Amino acid sequence: MSDRMPERLAVRKTYKLFIGGAFPRSESGRSYVVTDAKGRFTANASQASRKDARDAVAATRKAFPGWSGRTPYNRGQILYRIAEMLEGRRDQFVGELRRAGASKGDAADEVDAAVDRWVWYAGWADKLAAVTGAANPVSGPYFNFSAPEPTGVVAVLAPDSPLLGLVSVVAPVIVSGNTCVVVASEPAPLPSITLAEVLATSDLPGGVVNVLTGRRAEIAPWLASHMDVNALDLTGAAAEDVRALESDAAGNLKRVFRGAETGWTADPGTARMTAFLETKTVWHPMGV
Amino acid sequence: MVFEYAPAPESSAVVDIRASYGLFIDGEFVDGHGEPFKSINPADESVLADVARADESDVDRAVKAARTAYDTVWGPMPGRERAKYLYRIARLVQERSRELAVLESIDNGKPIRESRDVDVPLVAAWFFYYAGWADKLAHAGFGPDPRPVGVAGQVIPWNFPLLMLAWKIAPALACGNTVVLKPAETTPLTALLFADICRQADLPPGVVNIVTGAGDTGRALVAHDGIDKVAFTGSTEVGREIARVLAGTGRRLTLELGGKAANIVYEDAALDQAVEGIVNGIFFNQGHVCCAGSRLLVQESVAEEVLERLKARMATLRVGDPLDKNTDIGAINSAEQLAKIRELSAAGEAEGATAWSPPCELPARGFWFAPTVFTDVAQSHRIAREEIFGPVLSVLTFRTPDEAVTKANNTPYGLSAGIWTEKGAQILWTAQRLRAGVVWANTFNKFDPAAPFGGYKESGFGREGGRHGLEGYLSV
Repeated sequence: MSDRMPERLAVRKTYKLFIGGAFPRSESGRSYVVTDAKGRFTANASQASRKDARDAVAATRKAFPGWSGRTPYNRGQILYRIAEMLEGRRDQFVGELRRAGASKGDAADEVDAAVDRWVWYAGWADKLAAVTGAANPVSGPYFNFSAPEPTGVVAVLAPDSPLLGLVSVVAPVIVSGNTCVVVASEPAPLPSITLAEVLATSDLPGGVVNVLTGRRAEIAPWLASHMDVNALDLTGAAAEDVRALESDAAGNLKRVFRGAETGWTADPGTARMTAFLETKTVWHPMGV
Repeated sequence: MVFEYAPAPESSAVVDIRASYGLFIDGEFVDGHGEPFKSINPADESVLADVARADESDVDRAVKAARTAYDTVWGPMPGRERAKYLYRIARLVQERSRELAVLESIDNGKPIRESRDVDVPLVAAWFFYYAGWADKLAHAGFGPDPRPVGVAGQVIPWNFPLLMLAWKIAPALACGNTVVLKPAETTPLTALLFADICRQADLPPGVVNIVTGAGDTGRALVAHDGIDKVAFTGSTEVGREIARVLAGTGRRLTLELGGKAANIVYEDAALDQAVEGIVNGIFFNQGHVCCAGSRLLVQESVAEEVLERLKARMATLRVGDPLDKNTDIGAINSAEQLAKIRELSAAGEAEGATAWSPPCELPARGFWFAPTVFTDVAQSHRIAREEIFGPVLSVLTFRTPDEAVTKANNTPYGLSAGIWTEKGAQILWTAQRLRAGVVWANTFNKFDPAAPFGGYKESGFGREGGRHGLEGYLSV
C-alpha cells in the first residue's frame, strides 16, 4: 500500500464513437493508444471497424430528410448554437489541444478560430441559395429557376488539424443540409469526440454528424465504396490512397472533393460548401 | 371523315454529303490511322459516307494541336475577341440551319420537324448565349480573374449529335479552353459539317479538333495525359469507367449520364395537357433522351382515364420517314440500339407487364420501333428500373403524393422528373422532394442555354447551361 495517497483521483473520460446521436464503443471492441506530444499515454480511442462505418452511414442517411428539410434559418441557428456551446467549453478544448502538443497561445487561438468558424458558416445557411441559385431568363413563356440542394450523405476524411481543421471540413458540409460521417484525425482523435459532445448538446439532430475514430486507411475504403454515400471529402486522405479511393467512389458516381490543406486560418471561401450541392432547375409555363 | 396526310418530304438537296470524311485536326481535314467506318442512314440502312477512325496517334496529334492553340492563341486571347468568334459561329449555324437540320435527320433518324425546330435553333442559341459570357467571366461569381482549365477532351452521344456538341464546345471556348471532341460512331456527320463552320468563322486552327471513331477512340481521348478536363455525355456505365480512369489524376470531370425519369400525373391535372406532356416526354426523339419521362406515375383515381386518352393520342402518332415534315417519330438510331429496346421490351413482357402499341405500319427497311406503353408494371421490373432509351413507356400508379415521391425517387438515377397538377402548392411541394436535377412542371423536355441542366446521384455531376455551366471549364 502506497504511503502517498493522491488528494483526489481524476475521473477520466472514455473516448467512444459518435453515431446517431449516441456514444457507442466500436462494435469490434478495439481501441488504440493515443499519446501526448511527449509520447505519454493519454487515452484509448475507439478503433472503428467496417461495421461501425456502415452503422454510421445508416444513421447519416436516416438523419438526411429531417436535416435537409429544416429551414435554412433553423440550420443557421443550430450552427450558431454549436459556436455558443464550444465557446462555453473553451478551457476544455485548450487543454486537449495542449495535450496534443500545441502551445498555450496556439491552443487558445485555435479554439477561438474554431468558434468563429461555426459563426461564419452559421450565417451562410440562409444565403447560399441567393449566391448559387438563379432565376433563368429562358427564351419562352416559362418561369424557370435553379436552386441549390444538399447532395445527401457525405463521408469526410478530416485533416490532422484536430479542432479547427475538423470544424472547417464539417461545418460547410452540414450547413446546406447534408449529413455526414467524419473520420477524425488518426493521431489526434480526442478533440473530435469532445466536439461530438458539443454537437450532442446543440440541438443538432442525432445522425447529422457522426464521428469515427480509428485507422483512416482501414475505414476510408468502406466509405468510398459504400453505395449509400453520395459524396466524399478526401481532405485528410494520404496522397498515396487518393487514387484507390477515387476509383472506389466511381462505383455510384460520388462527388469527390479534394480540398487542399492550405492552412486553416485563411478565409475558407465557398468551395467547400458548393462541392456538396446539387443544382435543381424547375420549369413552369406562364399563361392564363 | 378521316384525313390522310400527303407526303411532305424535306428536300435533301440542301446538303452535300461527301463520300469520305477525315479527322479535323489543327484546322485541317486529315486521314486517320484506324480502319475507316461507315455512317449509315438508320431510316433505310443506306451508306452515307466513309468516316476516318482516329487511333491513339491521331488522338495524340489532336491533343497536341489543342495544347498549342491553347498556349499560343486561344488562352491569351482577350475574352471580347473569343466572344466574337462564338457569335460568328452562332450566326453561321443560323445561316446554314436547314443544311444542318437535314443532315442531322439523315444521319440520326430524328424527324426533320425536331431537328429543324428544336436541335439546330438550340445549337445557335447555345453559342450565342456563351459568346456573351466570354468577356464577362469576372462577373460570374468564380473570383475576379477566373482562368480556363486548358485542353478539354469531350465525348458526346448520338441522340442529339450537334446539340451535344454545342453544349460541350460553346462553354469550353467561351472560358478560354481548347477542345478535342469525339462524336458518336453512328452520328459523326454534323460534327464534321461543324468543322467546316469553324473554318468559315476563321476560328484559329487547333481550337476545335474533331476525332471520329468508336469506343477505342473515346478511351484514348479520356485517358490522354495531355488533357486537363473530360466532359462526357452518355451511359452511366461508361461514365463510371471514365471516372475510374481519371481517379487520382487530378483532372477535372463532368458527367451527364442516364436517367429513368418519373412523370407524375396527379388526379387534378389538366388531363389533355398532361397526355401531350406524357407523349412529348417519352416519344420525343424516339425516346432517345436521357431525361425522357420513361416512368409514368399516375394517380390511381385517374389512371384509367389517362391511359384511355394516352392510347387515343398515341394512335395519331406518325412513325416513318424522318425527312417528312409530318413525321412525329423517326427511326431508331442503330441496329444495336434497336436490339437493346427489343430486349428490354421482351423482358417487360416476360416479367408480367402488358405491352400495347397503336396499329402502325413500319417501313420495311431501316430501324423502327412502334411507340409502346407498358401497364401492369411493378417497380422491380427491368422496364421500370433500366434506361430503355427508346419509345417505350412504363406506367405505374400511386395513391398519395408521398407515395408518388417515394416511387419517383426509387432509382439510382436523378436526372429529371415531371409533375402535372393544377395546384401550385402541390407542384412546389413535389418539386422540392424529387431528387432530380431538372423538374418540369406542367411541361416536359424543355431546354434552354440559360437554364442549368444535369443530374443527381448516378445521373452524373456538373451542370451544362447557364452561369453554372461555366464552372466545369474554369479553374475555380
